[in-house]
Amino acid sequence: MKLSKKDLLGIRDLTVDEINLILETAESFIEVSTRDIKKVPTLRGKTVINLFLEASTRTRTSFEIAGKRLSADTINISSTTSSIVKGETLIDTAKNLEAMNPDAIVIRHSAAGAPQILARIMKQPIINAGDGAHEHPTQALLDMMTIKAKKGKISGLKIAIVGDIAHSRVARSNIYGLTRMGAHVTVAGPATMMPRYIDRMGVRVCCRLEEAIRDADIIMMLRIQTERQQENLFPSLREYANYFCLNGENIKLAKDDVLVMHPGPINRGVEIAPEIADGPYSVILDQVTNGVAVRMALLYLLTGGK
Amino acid sequence: MEQKRIVMDAAGIDRSLTRIAHEILEKNKGTEELTLVGIRTGGVFLAERLRKKIAKIEGVEIPLGILDITMYRDDLLSTNRKPKIGKTDIPFSLDNRKVILVDDVLFTGRTIRAAMDALIDFGRPKLIQLAVLIDRGHRELPIRADFVGKDLPSSLWEAVSVNLTEKSGRDEVVIE
Repeated sequence: MKLSKKDLLGIRDLTVDEINLILETAESFIEVSTRDIKKVPTLRGKTVINLFLEASTRTRTSFEIAGKRLSADTINISSTTSSIVKGETLIDTAKNLEAMNPDAIVIRHSAAGAPQILARIMKQPIINAGDGAHEHPTQALLDMMTIKAKKGKISGLKIAIVGDIAHSRVARSNIYGLTRMGAHVTVAGPATMMPRYIDRMGVRVCCRLEEAIRDADIIMMLRIQTERQQENLFPSLREYANYFCLNGENIKLAKDDVLVMHPGPINRGVEIAPEIADGPYSVILDQVTNGVAVRMALLYLLTGGK
Repeated sequence: MEQKRIVMDAAGIDRSLTRIAHEILEKNKGTEELTLVGIRTGGVFLAERLRKKIAKIEGVEIPLGILDITMYRDDLLSTNRKPKIGKTDIPFSLDNRKVILVDDVLFTGRTIRAAMDALIDFGRPKLIQLAVLIDRGHRELPIRADFVGKDLPSSLWEAVSVNLTEKSGRDEVVIE
């Protein structure tokens, strides 16, 4: 079986079967990262360009490690060191990269839709590593992989996503993916950070953290995306933390075996208390480990062949 | 015209495995440092059976690993197919172990080439030996089995399948 599309632009485009295929392939790749020799020859001779035009530690490192563990050659481009500072447009950059015959392009961009533009003009597979407030499909896939590994299933679970829903591409991709896989998703956040008509995505909407996390199997906390906020949406970080910080007290409302997730980077004491981030419910670092395997799976499934 | 012929039945498979278990022990002078690694999926069931037989003969449970060779295939880049990648589970070092690689059918030898490359990534075995239930010929690489259940000369266009109870509900080797 293979994916039906050339690119991975968003979770919205994926069927349940395709999500399961990616997750199962990723589960098989987990083992490679536990070996002494962390490399398999699967993508020998392939070139993967990581075009990261927005800040990133986790995702860029994760994609680079994923490529290298599959024996692909990986090249990283960041905005500050590229010709974009000289005024080159994204399309011209893409055409020049294409002329060097890479086998896959991973792109992160602050503009929603940038990966779609590349996918249209380039023959190579494009993997969206986060575009504006639109989608971050590999994050949602690694989240689903983590949930499946810990809970054995996704279907039927009660999942709360809390924070800056409006500006979060992680929330959007996860809502598409988790609802498609049969989970019951609740979103919560300040009214100023809650997109209009979000309920049409098939989620329950709450205004209060406590209401959203009651009896939850999974709590996903989100960072406030100040870089994407155009105006002041909340009075102060302290007030935000007062209402929307997951801490040792309010977490008791959730199920006893609740899992706490966060896509990172975390702001300790703002959306998540340190004792929760480092505590027994937290699977934040499992998410990072699984991220490498998910990206290996996608590079394998999307590159190569005739 | 389609013809389906059973070339080995359950009793035949069991006798072959009993003999191979004895041969492995004879050639390696016991179970010391001995490790079985089955190639997914047929080889895994056969390796499990060999392990039981060896335990019965010598009273020792030897380690068993599971190997999926898909990541090491040499045809990944030449086709548009994406073979499904199965789980590899070798939770021990192969350094200085005598590894018995187990597969159901030996054909072109390309699977075994991939398997040996994979094994070397798990350490430096003292030696690798190959045990197969069926050797059907048509090698494309200089590879030969140390332990063979049955030599089965076949034409290239025939299909040889090893059906095992664990997967197919019954034990038989079929040529069609």
